[in-house]
Amino acid sequence: MREIYYSWALREAMAEEMERDPNVFVLGEDIAEYGGAFKVTQGLVEKFGRARVRNTPISENTICGVGVGAAIVGMRPIVDIMFQDFITLAMDQIVNHAAKFHYMYGGQCRVPVVFRTPAGGGRCYGPTHSQSLEAWFMHVPGLKVVAPATAYDAKGLLKSAIRDDNPVIFVESKLLYGIKGQVPEPDADGGDYTVPIGEAKVTREGEHLTIIAYSRMTGEAERAADALAQNGITCDVVDLRTLAPLDADTIAASVEKTGRALIVCEDCKTAGVSAEIMARVTEECFDFLQAPPRRVAAADTPVPCADTLEKAALPDAQNIIDAATALIQQYS
Amino acid sequence: MHPASSSPDSATLSPQELSIHLRTMLLIRRFEERLDELFASGVIKGTSHLYAGQEAVATGVCSLLSHDDYITSTHRGHGHFLAKGGSAPALMAELFGKATGPSKGRGGSQHVADYAVGFLGSNGITAGGLPIATGAALAVQMRQQRETGNGKRETGNTNPRLPTSIPQQTACVASFFGEGGANQGTFHESLNMAAVWKLPILFICENNLYAMSTRLDEASSGPTIAARAAGYGIQGAVVDGTDFFAVRAAVEKAVERARCGDGPTLLEMHTYRYYGHSKSDKREYRTRAEEDDWRTRDCIEKLCAAIGLEAADFEAMDAEVMREVDEAVAFAQSSAEPEVEDWESVIYA
Repeated sequence: MREIYYSWALREAMAEEMERDPNVFVLGEDIAEYGGAFKVTQGLVEKFGRARVRNTPISENTICGVGVGAAIVGMRPIVDIMFQDFITLAMDQIVNHAAKFHYMYGGQCRVPVVFRTPAGGGRCYGPTHSQSLEAWFMHVPGLKVVAPATAYDAKGLLKSAIRDDNPVIFVESKLLYGIKGQVPEPDADGGDYTVPIGEAKVTREGEHLTIIAYSRMTGEAERAADALAQNGITCDVVDLRTLAPLDADTIAASVEKTGRALIVCEDCKTAGVSAEIMARVTEECFDFLQAPPRRVAAADTPVPCADTLEKAALPDAQNIIDAATALIQQYS
Repeated sequence: MHPASSSPDSATLSPQELSIHLRTMLLIRRFEERLDELFASGVIKGTSHLYAGQEAVATGVCSLLSHDDYITSTHRGHGHFLAKGGSAPALMAELFGKATGPSKGRGGSQHVADYAVGFLGSNGITAGGLPIATGAALAVQMRQQRETGNGKRETGNTNPRLPTSIPQQTACVASFFGEGGANQGTFHESLNMAAVWKLPILFICENNLYAMSTRLDEASSGPTIAARAAGYGIQGAVVDGTDFFAVRAAVEKAVERARCGDGPTLLEMHTYRYYGHSKSDKREYRTRAEEDDWRTRDCIEKLCAAIGLEAADFEAMDAEVMREVDEAVAFAQSSAEPEVEDWESVIYA
């Protein structure tokens, strides 16, 4: 199987779905000839033209609303929000419109729109270009929230998101764009695969601890698990892949097996994704727990710009190793 | 400001058509009057924003649209719903919180839609419908370009109310909002985007002078809302929104521009809501004299006079409309309460 970049996998997913369905189109800032801030849409305009790969004015709220308006009358727009931080400008159209229409109009319409948006730090972009705000969208009924960790899942989940009849917040990671992963050739057997929304995946299996992560933190968790295995601590790593609807069954099955849970997220700890996972683990797996669940998450601070400060604010494999070791030692 | 003069197009509308439009306006009026009573007596819970006084705008605009055309509405959307062809009993049922409402009781007054007639929804967020309408217009344009390569399409005019003078080549979209909504960022973003892309859309600003309690001149800069059109390089006009024929004349041109691929139009309809902003509003921010003055320019009375309707004919029509409202209330009252649903099964499509 060939290896391609996470960003290429996303581009392939869009190109294949645009080939497959004339109602699919992409709109956003600087996505045509420029190819998007992270070059994810590069080459699409040459193939599909400027009507379907549509540069927009800098108007995030209306870009998202246009996506919703086109979706309810039969199109399948993919809205490109250049940085997840900018999605704050579009909260009204996403929260009050995209998320509500199907329910509040009595099921008369469907809202098949995807909001693609890169989250996370690690590139020294500073406080307004590095946030991980996905927890906000988990809180809104009606939205699906997807956050792939690998090139394979990025492609398969984006194809599922485009085909889904609901609004999907598709969380990408700036640092993962340049990471390669195995993805089948499109014309190979199984090349037209999709990855279902709503299913987590166990990527490492072990006995002592469940590490739950998503997006870029999955790789950090796997590195930590591999290192911990050298010291005799074996871990399940659960890659959530979808944050809403959450695959609570896969989480519970793993935590019930290992009896311990460590939740790793790149967003801020307070009221973050990890808080919800922790609550679910506590509610649903309490009788199986041999130790209190623990969290490794970003510091409750704006993401700083300077490399040293940013590294200190965001979690990494070493933080996970330290937290896991402490947890095992304390409750063995 | 120079409101467009009234130019009765009774030449292009048959007596039957005129009667249909007058009846629609009267239905909206009587529907809203009944609602006011039902809210005051506590029969209906929640809140509502009554459209009475503004009927010529919704009716005039929708009289030039077919079910293939889309509209988006506001928090004050009952009039738009009825004018676009939505069912009065269904709307009443929604207001009663019944399962037979278009939104099955989930949406209520500010959140109804009827996709079968192209009514994409009333909207509880001020000016929230403008981006939605812009997106619908983009979809219309993209589909036309796909089908014909040049944006022209023969859809066939299925609406008997439409005059044949309007080329029915392409669907169009009308987005209603208030003069208060014109101060939202979505107004600027949507007009700019629609103008850049030459979308088939009408931006219908219903200027009823008050954004809740805040008077136009306290919150809006510039000579008129319509004057802002120049900033986007599109056509704009101030229209006497109490004059059904003036509304139609302005909308007819705008619809033609939209259908011919000449892009959006901004129309500012001068109008007045007879009731307060919502049911709890005592209207302390405006004078009774001002209200009386607007009542002398009542859009229904004006249309009756313009077409020379006999008092007896009006009374007969009114009695029929009142009966329709009675039936709507009876339908709503006799409809089932919505069942508490398994939330997870209805949240997603």
